[in-house]
Amino acid sequence: MEDKLSQNKVLEEVTGSDYKYGFVSDIENDAAPVGLNEDTIRLISAKKEEPEWLLEFRLKAYRHWLKLEEPDWALIHHPPINYQDIIYYSAPKKKKELASLDEVDPELLDTFNKLGIPLEEQKVLAGVAVDAVIDSVSVKTTFKDTLSKHGIIFSSFSDAVKDHPNLVKKYLASVVPYTDNYFAALNSAVFSDGSFVYIPKGVRCPIELSTYFRINAANTGQFERTLIVADDDAYVSYLEGCTAPMRDENQLHAAIVEIVVMNNAEVKYSTVQNWYPGDKEGRGGIYNFVTKRAACKGVNSKVSWTQVETGSAITWKYPSCVLMGDNSVGEFYSVAVTNNHQQADTGTKMIHLGKNTKSTIISKGISAGKSNNSYRGLVRVSKKADGARNYSQCDSLLLGDKCGAHTFPYIQTANDSAIVEHEATTSKISDEQLFYCQQRGIETEKAIGLIVNGYAKEVLNKLPMEFAVEAQKLLAITLEGSVG
Amino acid sequence: MKSKNKIITPLEKELLKVAEAKVLSLEKKSGSDFEELHKALKVFKEKGLPDKNLEKWRNTDLFEWYQKPFSPVAEKEKFTKEVDDIFQCTVQGFDSNVVSILNGHYYSPERTTLQSFKNGLIIGSLAKAKTQYPQYFKKYYNKIAPVDTNEITAVNTLFAEDGVFIYVPDGVEVELPVQLIKLVNKRGLMLNTHNLIVLGKNSSFTFLHCDDSINHDDSFINTLTEVHLGENASLDLYKLQNINDETVLLNSSFFSMERNSRLKVNVLTFNGGSIRNELHVNLNGEGAEADLSGLYLMDKKQHIDNQVYVNHNAPHCNSNEVFKGILDEEASAVFNGYIFVERDAQKTNAFQRNNNILMTSTAKVNTMPFLEIYADDVQCSHGATVGQLDNEAMFYLMQRGIPFEDARMLLMFAFAAEITDDIKIETLKTNIDDMVKKRLRGELSICDRCVLHCTTPDKPIEFEIDLSKI
Amino acid sequence: MLLNIKNLHVAINGKEILKGFNLQVNKGEIHAIMGPNGTGKSTLAAAITGREGYEITEGEIIYKGQVINDWTPDKRANEGVFLSFQYPVEIPGVSMTNFMRTALNAKRQYQGLPQMKAGEFLKLMEQKKKLVEITAKLTNRSVNEGFSGGEKKKNEIFQMAMLEPTLAILDETDSGLDIDALKVVAKGVNELKSDENAFVVITHYQRLLDYIVPDFVHVMYGGRIVKSGGKGLALELEEQGYEWVKEQFGEE
Repeated sequence: MEDKLSQNKVLEEVTGSDYKYGFVSDIENDAAPVGLNEDTIRLISAKKEEPEWLLEFRLKAYRHWLKLEEPDWALIHHPPINYQDIIYYSAPKKKKELASLDEVDPELLDTFNKLGIPLEEQKVLAGVAVDAVIDSVSVKTTFKDTLSKHGIIFSSFSDAVKDHPNLVKKYLASVVPYTDNYFAALNSAVFSDGSFVYIPKGVRCPIELSTYFRINAANTGQFERTLIVADDDAYVSYLEGCTAPMRDENQLHAAIVEIVVMNNAEVKYSTVQNWYPGDKEGRGGIYNFVTKRAACKGVNSKVSWTQVETGSAITWKYPSCVLMGDNSVGEFYSVAVTNNHQQADTGTKMIHLGKNTKSTIISKGISAGKSNNSYRGLVRVSKKADGARNYSQCDSLLLGDKCGAHTFPYIQTANDSAIVEHEATTSKISDEQLFYCQQRGIETEKAIGLIVNGYAKEVLNKLPMEFAVEAQKLLAITLEGSVG
Repeated sequence: MKSKNKIITPLEKELLKVAEAKVLSLEKKSGSDFEELHKALKVFKEKGLPDKNLEKWRNTDLFEWYQKPFSPVAEKEKFTKEVDDIFQCTVQGFDSNVVSILNGHYYSPERTTLQSFKNGLIIGSLAKAKTQYPQYFKKYYNKIAPVDTNEITAVNTLFAEDGVFIYVPDGVEVELPVQLIKLVNKRGLMLNTHNLIVLGKNSSFTFLHCDDSINHDDSFINTLTEVHLGENASLDLYKLQNINDETVLLNSSFFSMERNSRLKVNVLTFNGGSIRNELHVNLNGEGAEADLSGLYLMDKKQHIDNQVYVNHNAPHCNSNEVFKGILDEEASAVFNGYIFVERDAQKTNAFQRNNNILMTSTAKVNTMPFLEIYADDVQCSHGATVGQLDNEAMFYLMQRGIPFEDARMLLMFAFAAEITDDIKIETLKTNIDDMVKKRLRGELSICDRCVLHCTTPDKPIEFEIDLSKI
Repeated sequence: MLLNIKNLHVAINGKEILKGFNLQVNKGEIHAIMGPNGTGKSTLAAAITGREGYEITEGEIIYKGQVINDWTPDKRANEGVFLSFQYPVEIPGVSMTNFMRTALNAKRQYQGLPQMKAGEFLKLMEQKKKLVEITAKLTNRSVNEGFSGGEKKKNEIFQMAMLEPTLAILDETDSGLDIDALKVVAKGVNELKSDENAFVVITHYQRLLDYIVPDFVHVMYGGRIVKSGGKGLALELEEQGYEWVKEQFGEE
């Protein structure tokens, strides 16, 4: 009995660590007035000097959004969101074009340093081009020259609208139409900025592309929009990482990521999401309602989503693959950790349309504290998807007796040559494993960390090297206190 | 959300008309049912019949069936001939106590409408039992499935007048299984029946619930069964469904299980236009154990939906679910398993599996094996597969000289055998196996006979040698 | 001639595995086919028995004077071609008895013979089981389900005894067998051998050939036979390994 108690205590300690990246940086904001109406949208569009067609797109999306109701099918609970109480546009005050790092706002650089992202160092050491987004406007883009040699376009979304309007116009909302869902409609109406990537035919992007998002200003909704297009035979690995400062009020984040993959092309999209999850009592934290989808349009095309979700008060996110091209492949690897009062309802959709399409889903959910962690995934094999194959494995681990772990797979098959398999297990950390570690002299706290990391290994291994390290740290921070 | 003008289809309009008249006439009399009826009517007005906008009904669309104004009122037929004359059900070597329901009413000679045996066992008409044993109704009726549970319970409450009532007193182990044969012999009826089964402490009971069609007339059947299992009680429940293609069958069963009770349910679906089985199992006492299995063999444009909700409300309970199906032609199947483990239900073991074989490119399967878990010291798993017969096995069989069609049949039968092997009554198992074989060969049509009437094999069924008989 | 394979080319998913394979087998002969892993030995077995996915792109398999390239697997089986599988598949729910009876009666039907009576069949089973020392318990179980590696292989030989093939192909029957099981399997094969049938024994090691003595030994490499000889060749291979084959005929 006592053993049990002390074990629970350790679990609480282990899972009770504070949010490490919680701090507020003070950058002057250029913000829109609170609230949402057609004027707000016109203002955003005007601020960004957008062409007429884009404004029209935003307005259409807005008018459609007005007709929609917030979805209620996910296993998440939150007080009603007042969409009129949000600032839909804020940008760090624009200075003139920056020639070097010296010209960057020192406050901004300081923020980067606190985050552990020495921009210069990373540029040089990691060989990663960083397009850092603070709030909504892209401030600094590196490696642009290297990339442009290969004909690769990697820029802020706003710049892409100006520099490559035809490409943007062609692919914008081609994977996630503004009618897709409530939050997609909202994003389409008010999206602030984000990234645009175009890899031309036959080009393998020589470096990992990465963007760091931060939500910085209080009461600012964050509405990024990412569009990645990999043309025939192209390859790119894209990394998205997030850390956000501590705030008391909930912040809404409704992003869209669209990926278009043509013949024989491949896109890897990796995410480490570590936004402010709220405090131990469940106050504050980010509402992360994201629509991510890839269209495997070409034959033999491939998309891998890898995500490590440790942050946000609420996560509502289903990175999906529409497998249109014959022999196209979709993969989803996910580790979702929830603690305290966090709620996550996350998973994927694999839509098999083409022949001999394959998909793999590996999901590892870890719940601690009083959190709820749900996997929700759809596998659909359409009538014409001969030879489609899916394998899904969704495991849940419970740390403590006050959390919840849930699994909601939806399998729809309308083809007799398809093979779809789903497996799932739910359990707590095995006492045997724990004892084994302890017997070898590893204290409980460390042992839990070890076991959890081992449990998630299959997914962590899918991350690019430099991300894997960060992800492991995050797991450690979220669950293990001092254990690293 | 669905409040605005929910009564839209012809069936809903018909039901509303009849229900309002019924409530009105009762208001003048003021009976004990009045309050429940009123509540049911309110729910029905608000929700109507379930449609595919509801999350739990998104894969079963009965809209077309709602276009027919089935009548929820059926005259009670006088007992003129034995059930055997209407419908033959003689299973060789299968000894059971047969009760029957015809057009929603208990069908028997007056003297056997409600039988009570020396050991305290009561078997008979629900309508009659209601007046004779009000104490049991007060305690058990509408308790696990209150009228406002869902659309179906509301409609059932509005119209159900009869059903089967079974009471097994404490310590009584009933050896002879009771077999319920539910029949319809008039067209255009919507039949609502409510069964109540109460098992006392340390009792045991075996129940066969057969839904059959006598002819090819259309009907809409809505059966609600409430089962109370007392401490250490044990129930084996077999559901056999072999109705015609013109019939909708909604079959909802609610179970409440006390400490150390044991439940075994086997749902065997052979034929039917559109069938939805709901099992709601509440493991309320420690050590309770539920073993739920099902087999569905559908073809043509038939539809089957198995909804299995297992609520682990107490610690140390076990549940196990295996549902398997073979879908041919344009048939469609839905499986939604929902294991719910409450916060304090530690040491729960819950397993769930659904396997499907698609025989044609026009058949469809939707499977949703859900887990919702709030306790940490649990072992839960689920799995689902949709696929074809194993190619390796097919080649192995053919390499041994077995022709393609036979090999296929052998594998399909083997696939089904996992479920039928679980039938504990040997003679019933033999009969069911024969039915499965016939069904898989496409020989089992809904005949003018009982599901279990297998005395007229047109072809000898030679498939397996029973070693014990040689 | 019982089996005549002429210039056989077989591809899996468009990739050519057999590249001009030739073999002649007469009744009463035992042929051993040896070679390093991945040279197409199992592909050969699959091609002769007509497995789906093994596409004959060129050449002929002539069995009992007929080209059988397009025959279904069951027709080949009923004409007397038997394969002892390297990895016998488990078939849950299908009992061994049921399975064997269905197979035997399928063959009888093919031959225009009446179905075998249950009693007669069971007697036959008992008789053949003894041959490979199978206990009664085994036959009441599902096909190969829960069988140990040795039991699976014994079961293959048992089935062979039941079906009395004209051409039996043993695909790595020795793999995973301990010496006692190996002897049992070999004894079964030797008892079944007659002037009216033939065996093709596919093996990686010479060990099995101590017990099943071949008339001919063929070395397979790169999808075809690169060397043939008498049983002495097997011993040579045992001593020298396959390295020399790779050297002489080139690394794949």
